[in-house]
This record gives sequence, C-alpha cells and structure tokens, in this order.
Amino acid sequence: MSWETVIGLEIHVQLSTSSKLFSGGSTAFGAEPNTHVDLIDLGLPGVLPVANRGAFHKAIRFGLATNAVINQTSTFDRKNYFYPDLPKGYQITQMTLPIVGKGSIKIEVEGQEKIINITRAHLEEDAGKSIHDLFDGETGVDLNRAGTPLLEIVSEPEISNAKEAVAYFKAIRQIVTFLDICDGNMAQGSMRCDVNVSVKKSGETKLGTRAEIKNINSFKFIEKAINYEIDRQIRILESGDSVVQETRLYDSIKNETRSMRSKEEANDYRYFPCPDLLPVVISDDELKEIRDNLPELPDEKEKRYVEESKLDYSEAKIIASSKTMANMFEEACAKTKDSKLIANWLVGDISALLNKDNIDLEESKLTSNNFAMLIERISDKTISGKIAKSVLEEVWETGDDVDKIIESKGLVQIQDESLLETIAQNIIDNNPSQVEAYRGGKDKLFGFFVGQVMKETQGKANPQSVNEILKKLLS
Amino acid sequence: MLSNFIPPYSATVIENLENAGCISVGKTNMDEFAMGSSNETSFYGNVQNPWGLNLVPGGSSGGSAAAVAAGIVPAASGTDTGGSIRQPASLCGITGLKPTYGRISRWGMIAFASSLDQAGPMARTAEDCALLLNEMCSHDEKDTTSLDEKIPDFTKNINSSIEGLKIGLVKEFDLSKLDTDVVKVFEESKKHYESLGAKFVEISLPNISLSVPTYYVVAPAECSSNLSRFDGVKFGKRCENPKDLEELYIKTRSEGFGDEVKRRILIGSYVLSAGFYDAYYKKAQQVRRLIKNDFDSAFKNVDVIMSPTTRGAAFEAGSKGDDPIQMYLEDLFTIPANLAGLPAMSIPNGMIEKKPIGLQLIGNFLDESTLLRAAHNYQITTDWHLKTPEVMS
Repeated sequence: MSWETVIGLEIHVQLSTSSKLFSGGSTAFGAEPNTHVDLIDLGLPGVLPVANRGAFHKAIRFGLATNAVINQTSTFDRKNYFYPDLPKGYQITQMTLPIVGKGSIKIEVEGQEKIINITRAHLEEDAGKSIHDLFDGETGVDLNRAGTPLLEIVSEPEISNAKEAVAYFKAIRQIVTFLDICDGNMAQGSMRCDVNVSVKKSGETKLGTRAEIKNINSFKFIEKAINYEIDRQIRILESGDSVVQETRLYDSIKNETRSMRSKEEANDYRYFPCPDLLPVVISDDELKEIRDNLPELPDEKEKRYVEESKLDYSEAKIIASSKTMANMFEEACAKTKDSKLIANWLVGDISALLNKDNIDLEESKLTSNNFAMLIERISDKTISGKIAKSVLEEVWETGDDVDKIIESKGLVQIQDESLLETIAQNIIDNNPSQVEAYRGGKDKLFGFFVGQVMKETQGKANPQSVNEILKKLLS
Repeated sequence: MLSNFIPPYSATVIENLENAGCISVGKTNMDEFAMGSSNETSFYGNVQNPWGLNLVPGGSSGGSAAAVAAGIVPAASGTDTGGSIRQPASLCGITGLKPTYGRISRWGMIAFASSLDQAGPMARTAEDCALLLNEMCSHDEKDTTSLDEKIPDFTKNINSSIEGLKIGLVKEFDLSKLDTDVVKVFEESKKHYESLGAKFVEISLPNISLSVPTYYVVAPAECSSNLSRFDGVKFGKRCENPKDLEELYIKTRSEGFGDEVKRRILIGSYVLSAGFYDAYYKKAQQVRRLIKNDFDSAFKNVDVIMSPTTRGAAFEAGSKGDDPIQMYLEDLFTIPANLAGLPAMSIPNGMIEKKPIGLQLIGNFLDESTLLRAAHNYQITTDWHLKTPEVMS
C-alpha cells in the first residue's frame, strides 16, 4: 500500500519589538530571570493590557510580503488555561479576527517550486518559562518572556513531506528576517514551530487523523521529527490500528516522538473576546505607509542583482537568499564597483566555509565591513587572490581586521616589476634544463617557473606581473 | 484570597481624586470580588446598615454606602457591575452614580466583569456626585476601553430647570409585583417630577426582561477568566503544602474563594465551554446587543428613564437565605444600564417603615449632565436625601 503525508505548520515568530505586546516591559533576551517584568506582565489585579501598535505594523509587513489579506479591524480573544508561567491564567491571542488573513509563500525543493498557502497569521503574547531542573523538587518560573509578541503563522495542510516542511520553514524565516520583524535566531527560540502530521492512503480525499508535534526549534529536528512521525503512523495503519489524535513531543536525543496528551485530555480553552481590548483598527493611510516602506525582498533583490549588477542568475539567487549575505554584497559594491568579483567570493570561498562549518553567515566572525575591506584590497592589488584566501581564513578564525592581518603578516603584494624580473631571471639561470625543455615545447613547465617565483616571494608576487615577466624572459 | 496583598500601584480613579485634593481615609468593605447584593459575601463579614444594624447595606459597594450614610465620610467611590453603586445607595439613603461605561478608567480596579465594571461617586447629593465625577473622569492611556471624549463640567447646568424634560417609563417593568409601599413612593416621585415640569412618556424596551439572565451569563463568563490569576503562584493566598501543581490550584482556590465567587466561576466556565459557548455566551452577547438597541430607540423619544432602584428597602441580613436567585433579582432594575453601558443613578425618594429607598434615573450615552440635572432639581425641592439615620444623632 502506498501512503500520502499531509503536513501543516504553525510557526511562532517572535517579533523584534523593543517592548512587549501589552506592556512597556523589555523584550531583550538573556536578562536575569524576572527582571523584565512589569505590573501587566505579572498579571497583578486591576492592571490592563494596551496593544503595542508596533507589533501590528510588523505583522502587517509579513501579511503584505505574503500577498495576504490584511484585516484592518482585528480583535483579541482570551485563551484560558492554568499554568505557572501564564500569569493571568489566560493568554491574549487573536482567534476570531486575526490581523493577517489568507496569503501564500513560494518554496523550492530540489529545484521544484511550490506554493504553500497560509491560512492566517495572528498576534499573541508569549508565556514565561518554567524551569524544572534548577531547583531540587521545585519548579522555577521566569516571566521575562511573558507578554513577548508572537506572530503565529498557520499554513494550510499542503506540505507533503519533511523536506517541503523544512523548505517552508526556511522560506518563512527568510521573509521575516528580510522584513526585519524577527531576528530569526532559532537557538534563542525566536522561531519555533508545531507540526501537524497525518497520513492517508494514496488518492484518498479525506485527511487522516493527525498528531501535533509541539515546539520544535531547528531545521534538522523538524525533518527528523516528521520522518519519525510518518513512519510511526504508517506502521500503526499497516498493522490495522488507527492513529490517535494527540499532542506529541519530539525527543531529539532518542530521535522519537512521544505522547504528551490525547484529545480527551486536551484543555478546553474557553476562548472568548477579550473585554479589556477594543478592536484594533488600521487606517488606509497607516496601511499605505507600511506598504510604501516595505523592505526589498529576496525575489526583488535577485532580479536587481541580475539586471543592475550583471550577476549570473544562480549567483544572484544565492546572495539574495540570505539577508546577511545580501547586505554584505551591497556594502562591498558600494566601495568597490567589481560586483562580479564580490559575487565570486561570496558564492565561492565564503559559501564553502559556511558549508564546512555548517553555520549561517550571521553566525560567522566575518563582518560586512571586513569583507568589503578584503575585496578592496584585492581590487587595489594590495594582495593577490591567493593571499586573500589565506587572509579570509584568518578572518574566519579570529574575526581580526583585514588590514591588520595584511600588515602584521607582511602580505602586501610585490608590485615592483624590476624586483620581480630579477627574481625571475635568477630562477631561469638556476634551472637551465627546465628552460631547455620548456623552449623545446613542454608548455606545462610554465607553471613550474610561476611556482618558483611565488615560492621565492612567499606568494606575494602579483601573479599577473609574474606571468608577463616569465613569458617575456622565456620566449 | 487577597488579604495579604498590598498593591505596589494605585488606581487611576484614586490618583485623580487625590490630585484634586481628596484625602483617602481608608478602604471600605464590600462583597467578595464585588459579587453580591447584601455585603454578606464579604470575606471580612458584612457591613451593617446605619438605618438598622440588623439590615444589610446592599452590595457590593455596601461599605462605601454605609460610610456615607453614617456620616463617616462626605463621599466615597464605588464600583458598579450590575448595580453595586445604585442598590446600596438606595438601601442606605444616599445618592450614587454609575457613569457611562468608559468614563472612568478601570486601571487599578480589580476586574469582576470587565465589559460591565464602572467606578462612580457615592455621596449625599447629586451635586456632590457631580463635583466628584468632574475629578474622577479621565481618558487613560492605560485603559483602552476608557473613552477619549470631552469631559464636561458636570455641575455647570445642574441648576437649570427641567421644564419639558421627557422622562421615560418602561412599559415592561411590572410594578404590580412590587410591595405597594414601593409603588406608592414611586408614584409620589412621578407626581413631584410632574410638578417640576417634566413630562412622562411610556416607552417599550422589549428585551428588558432578558437582562438578568443575560447578565448572569456575561458577568460570570468574564469573572471566570478575570479571577484565574488568583492561583497561588505569584501573589495573594497560597495553600499550605500542596503535593503537586494541581493540588496547589485546587486547594488555594477552594480555600481562598467564598461560595458566591465559586458559584460564578463555575457558571462562567460552563457557559464558555466548548459545546455550550454558542448556546449561552454567544446568545447572551446577542441579547445584550438587542437590549442596547432597545435603549437607543427609547432615547430618541426621552431624556431620561425612571424606575425604582430596588424592589424594596433594605432587608435583614440572612433573610434571603441560601437562594442565590432571590439575591440576583435584587438587581433587576439596575442591570440593564450596565449591559447597555449607560449612565444611571439612584437618589433617595422616600422611606418605607423608616428605611430609605431610592429612585433610579438612567441617562443616554455620555449624558450624565442631564441625569445630574434631573436629580439635583428633585433634591432642591425634596428632603429625602437629607434624612439621617439615628446612629448619627
């Protein structure tokens, strides 16, 4: 029997506002526990929430970038449940009328494009954190995160496998980072997702019973959890049993999902409209202003790089796909006009280093400024391309300033043609048999002479000059 | 639940009064979490009515009403979710005003039912209430439901004549079911208003009979959620030695809340539950809208609406027994103004067996001025508001 998988993702994106969704409390990450908590975050009696308009503007940016319906009137609801890290005993969310309605996003898997429809994106407040392993027999509560604005992006169940799910998550991450509405930092929990997975017989129109896997925060785990879950569900169905609708947790150490609570045990959240908050109305002018100031998105950048910077389509695509790399490209272009050279370095050596270390550019020690400097030094012939590679490696390791590395290691390229000519002549004089062989037709020996000059100059000779000088002397 | 809780912040309404030079003498007793009509649900025991120490002062703001009636303070603040200013004002023989919803910031007021709660002044006279209201109102950025409307000087037109004022009498309020004494007092007030030049118009509020059931869905629903924060985790009471988290919640809330509060949390949780939401909460919100529409239509033809505030004068503590429905019906006349968000007040208009009783005036949206003018005109020509209980002499 063959099976089809149906996947839907709920992605929680932490919006990069400086204050919380309903209070003036700070959203900065990493502070001492319970220091970024004000009266409202603490849910003291008699305090009232006031909606943060900045969070709405960020949500709207996402909506516009995904061609979504913007609900210019949106409302808040309360989701009621008890938990120590939920100070009010309810979470304020947008159940009935979310700020962002139906939209869509393009993903690409192995060269194939696919459109994934987005059901909605709504604003809600985050809960605090329960810390179970710090105090023996007790649970600690840190409310710093409580009230932080989240945009929950809900996809249609149109994702067919783990690879597509990862591509979708990456596409969302790309868009929110380009829009500057989220830092995209998965390690700090700025993006987390719940995955709904179900399996049905091929061709069957009715969806199978789904399981929801909660709170996954890395690409790798999304893929692994989904694949584990698909196998589990198929095993159950093939043995004649049925899948139970439930919430599951992914254990990354054991690489398995396990049951957290069944549908019967699920909370009845008793949603109802939040009476403390009036509907939030976005005026036409406000919407227009957000639309007019929308940052350039990857597709637009790609197009511009091909048309204006004359990059190959494939280079443009790689550079435009990461906000950090696009920034690096644009900053270097502002200093050095050689866009092809810049693109070569980004797509070539830098991408190779990223792959080797399996990191994103923003996690590396290379800054835009330092990269632009490196390009400038190649361009003005201070260093050769070959030396530049070793400088880049040094920067990659230490994050040190490019000029400082060039200076301290004495890497400045030898431009003095008379000096190079003397060195070349010496090498020719000392290697008569090779000279004879070369002149006799062994063209490949030319490389030997270049190598010798480079060896003599510790790689600092300008390669172009060396070529020209050797050709002249050997002819 | 909160006897050990000292708030590290003040309420906007209190700050406004203090900024105007008022001195807070203390906090007054009230029904627990403002849920009650007799003060008997108070955690601290019930307040006695200065007009008879065996009588209830009404509720929930019974302490404020009794303090004013006894002459302890010239004025007090109260909150009114379904009649909690007006009913005790009536039972204690003082004047109390619930403003338009949103006139006074709710910041710092412990929420009972957020869409109904409104603070207001309680004093001997309508004029005093107007003076207080001038200071209590403000648009507060900390409360998004507080109205960004111009705040008039509520004392300005208070002395203007009410010649030609159109007063609505609600056809659906069946006064024949009330004590004859109450009806008699009400009829006398009508005559007095006629003598001042007011005209009576019969109006119909077709859905008004649904007010109490609507209120007892909406208010408990909101309270069930608003009171979730009292869970023993962060502040207030925490039970002794819970064996796990669930027991912490159950014991803290079982020990910390009184019966009436628990009853309303249970009702509220029920009406919001999956499967019941549409039948109860959603339906109640629809009916609430209809009731508001009824008032909107009525106010096209009248300036104020008049009714008794309460079904009778103050009753003896313990006399309503354990029947919560009887207690809920105490607020029959006061609840509609909360559901519609309209301003309403109670002024003393007679005595029944040496116990004061009040007259309710309901005003149009934001039109406290007309209410206060109607009340003041009545008070400068009558002396019911000047009567004082024996304890003061």
